[in-house]
Amino acid sequence: MVWLNRAPAAGPWHDGPVTPTPPVDYIALTRAQYDALGYPAYQWAERPDPPAWAPMPALADTSVALIGSGGAYREGQVAYHWKDDTGIRHIPSAEPATDIRVTHFAYDLEPAREDPNIVFPVDRLRELVDEGVIGGLAPTALGCMGGIYSVRRTEQELAPAIVNEVLAMRDAGQADMALLVPV
Amino acid sequence: MPTLCLTAAYSITAAANPPRAAFVDVPLGNTVGRPHDPEFQRDVLRRALAAAQAMDVPGTIVDLGVSWDGDGSWKRFASSTGVGSGGGEDDRRQRVDTPQYQYEADRLAAGG
Repeated sequence: MVWLNRAPAAGPWHDGPVTPTPPVDYIALTRAQYDALGYPAYQWAERPDPPAWAPMPALADTSVALIGSGGAYREGQVAYHWKDDTGIRHIPSAEPATDIRVTHFAYDLEPAREDPNIVFPVDRLRELVDEGVIGGLAPTALGCMGGIYSVRRTEQELAPAIVNEVLAMRDAGQADMALLVPV
Repeated sequence: MPTLCLTAAYSITAAANPPRAAFVDVPLGNTVGRPHDPEFQRDVLRRALAAAQAMDVPGTIVDLGVSWDGDGSWKRFASSTGVGSGGGEDDRRQRVDTPQYQYEADRLAAGG
């Protein structure tokens, strides 16, 4: 793990000065909450080594496949349930996000329901294609619901399904990299 | 295939250890910004993608330097789910196994 650029470098959201503060430690918060409630400790997935490294092509030549686990589905599709739903939804990326809905077990849904782009930025990526920042956007974006308690089911059901879909996009010449937006 | 993980949960991402990650210091569920702020949403994505291209060490997490409110005061109310007060109560939604639609019309449109 590498900390780079910890000091604020982007334009901040607000106009005043910025005081850097440490990130919220959601693992520690979950452990504390479970402990306070008398539950056994949640077993987070921990991977000491990052997976294999694949070089990135130049951005302007890169077609991006969007994968978001914020619970995005499209009007007309069956919504996710909240008990370890490991399904994925195919969302056409050429269409405006106005028909995209979100449902998820474990985050405040209100802002994303107002504008799904904050967890599933399909409109923004299309605009970056128009700007020439990226070379393209895979025609299908993949939604899933990240509030899954079972690491085993995530690894055995959800992850392989996503990998198969993305590799099929690659083989069809539709995607050169995957942008993951987990929630 | 190269991947970039754009995340608002630093510790969880560090534990999962993806090859390339960009961190935005914002509340859960606001990864790409605030609703209806397309300019900044695009800026987050531009910065994240540019950061990904510059990475050359597997397991890198780059902080994009985004500040939500200047002094991090929102973090006092952060909870493990991004919902509720963070006061230690069980603020999780009930885990039901029926589809949870945003709108009743969605349920009808899906034939439910």
